[in-house]
Amino acid sequence: MDPDNNQVSNPEIDNLIEKSYEYGFTTDIESETIAPGLNEDVIRLISKKKGEPQFLLDWRLKAFRHWSKLKEPEWGQLNIEKINYQAISYFSAPKLENAPKSLDEVDPKLLETYDKLGIPLHERAKLAGVAVDAVFDSVSVATTFKKKLLEAGVIFSSFSEAVKDHPELIKKYLGKVVPYRDNYFAALNAAVFTDGSFVYIPKGVRCPMELSTYFRINEANTGQFERTLIVADEGSHVSYLEGCTAPMRDENQLHAAVVELVALDDAEIKYSTVQNWYPGDENGKGGIYNFVTKRGDCRGNNSKISWTQIETGSSVTWKYPSCLLRGDNSIGEFYSIALSNHHQQADTGTKMIHLGKNTKSKIISKGISAKKAQNTYRGLVTIAKNADHSRNYTQCDSLLIGDKCGAHTFPSIGVNNSSSILEHEATTSKISDDQLFYCMQRGINEEDAIGLIISGFCKEVLNELPMEFAVEARALLQVNLEGAVG
Amino acid sequence: MSTKKTLLSIENLDASIGDKNIIKNLNLKIHYGETHAIMGPNGSGKSTLAKALAGHPDCKITKGTIHFKNIDLLTLPVEERSNEGLFLGFQYPIEIPGLSNSVFLKAAINAKNKYQKLNDVSATDFIKELKQKADMMGINQSFLSRGVNEGYSGGEKKRNEILQMLMLKPTLSVLDETDSGLDIDSMKIVSKGINSMLGEDTSSIVITHYERLLQYIKPDVVHVFHNGRIIKSGDYMLARELEEKGYEWLTNE
Repeated sequence: MDPDNNQVSNPEIDNLIEKSYEYGFTTDIESETIAPGLNEDVIRLISKKKGEPQFLLDWRLKAFRHWSKLKEPEWGQLNIEKINYQAISYFSAPKLENAPKSLDEVDPKLLETYDKLGIPLHERAKLAGVAVDAVFDSVSVATTFKKKLLEAGVIFSSFSEAVKDHPELIKKYLGKVVPYRDNYFAALNAAVFTDGSFVYIPKGVRCPMELSTYFRINEANTGQFERTLIVADEGSHVSYLEGCTAPMRDENQLHAAVVELVALDDAEIKYSTVQNWYPGDENGKGGIYNFVTKRGDCRGNNSKISWTQIETGSSVTWKYPSCLLRGDNSIGEFYSIALSNHHQQADTGTKMIHLGKNTKSKIISKGISAKKAQNTYRGLVTIAKNADHSRNYTQCDSLLIGDKCGAHTFPSIGVNNSSSILEHEATTSKISDDQLFYCMQRGINEEDAIGLIISGFCKEVLNELPMEFAVEARALLQVNLEGAVG
Repeated sequence: MSTKKTLLSIENLDASIGDKNIIKNLNLKIHYGETHAIMGPNGSGKSTLAKALAGHPDCKITKGTIHFKNIDLLTLPVEERSNEGLFLGFQYPIEIPGLSNSVFLKAAINAKNKYQKLNDVSATDFIKELKQKADMMGINQSFLSRGVNEGYSGGEKKRNEILQMLMLKPTLSVLDETDSGLDIDSMKIVSKGINSMLGEDTSSIVITHYERLLQYIKPDVVHVFHNGRIIKSGDYMLARELEEKGYEWLTNE
């Protein structure tokens, strides 16, 4: 059958899909930007501008030298234009002589941008009990609720601040979960990262609020290289959410972040992501390249790390939030919704490396593709020889909307221990005409019906999100994925 | 009966599925407060009538008119027919995995409220009514948070259809073989649900193969369908006669 003649088309639905990106705007703020290009001098300049200690500069340089020897990986199920790394500017900071001490000192234009994004720091943050460390381009400009967190002994700051205030913690944990030698983009990030977030939860402390960071790429041609490090000391607990939007751009913007999580004995980290970066136009032009390395180290016994991600944006998403289950009885979880529309490409999944005894991991992946989008789940579950009585459960579901999109699944399983148990379930389905007719016969219009069916499909993952974000995520899915049905 | 107001009026209707003309020159009038049973052998066009009324995309109307509440029904999209008060009880209710029954029903009720320019139903009122009606239909509370028809038995699906009907309070219910696959207890529960809906302002079309359901829901009129049209109409006794003699004595005439 010729798919071109077989496309089920519905003008209303097409309209919704054509809806232009709501957050496509830029803020006119003077930025201090380094000229494009990458060499050791640029790295020295970044480090100097940020007033970094020598150990960090040395580490950046080692990473850069290593990166220079590497070749870009090509194994992803992705069709990507060649990236010219010399055409990217590696530093952009809003021009502020002195960092603001409070919100009153923040440039009102920045605050306006947050308002447009629906993040009125001074109101919503308080109401929701959320501390927001907002990263605007590369430099953090505002941190709220710091005091309350400090009372609990929690450190939540920009990465740059942490380098100044807690160099010993940075030195101890930086690059220990994702070494700069890990992969091409991890090496690049280590060399040029400009800022990010740092969290430290002391022994036995349950973080009194959800921690949240909103990232935003604002300056054209500025690669965004965030670095996040979260350390949960023994018996502590923290829930962290990052959410992203980005303005409309013609050229592809590279984003190569690194996130490292460390959970010591009996500690728990819940890390949630809502990613809604500009996906490119309906022809696939523009949009963010999102190449992220995220890894959690369940270093301590009885520790737990849980990743939840809602990936709806970016033209290309390439990421595998993973767990190293080193401590005995440690638990790793991965809950994912990856939605791709138009020409978006998503190659995402997870790695669960079972090293300790009685370790458990759970993977729930929901891939949704519409129009000409491609969606790939790639997973690796490894059970080491000594990981006695370990368990993994993997459920991998794909939903197709229309007949020109694709879903691909590449699960890899390696078991070296006979007392361990693994389960893998996978399904592929379509939104059926029958389901739509059933909903519509009950009075629900097609757009809402698709939203309801999708939210049902994604239920297990949406349930994992912190309450206040689950509603937002549902809305985000509905806006992003109304699609032609076939 | 002639003084009653007309709710549904079908005139000279032809309807086809694919290339096949199924309903041929059908005429049917239903007044407010009436229950009509439609019986007839397989393939006689009973389910196609249900599809034609609900606006199923597979069903094409090639001739004739349908007026519902004096509105030209054929000009309304599927969801508006529903919001005007037309309910179809599905012969094979559809599963929507993960979407909880209560969320689904609330979305349906709010869609109807919006159409009628009313406010959203209050969460507490909704839950209260849902629990009460679920009890009546012998549906366990735990079902309400389960996926729509997901993993239900045949009988559970049919009872769930009636629960939805009770919650949506339609003016006209078209029940397509709601009794098929039901055991005798479920049949009693389902008929109780249907009877509780019937009143001066509501009507129903009950499509069935068996006279048994009609023992519980006393229909005002029984029609026999054959080759896409009504070949005989009568009162409840016609259903009894069909049960004894089968359809042959009519279709061979």
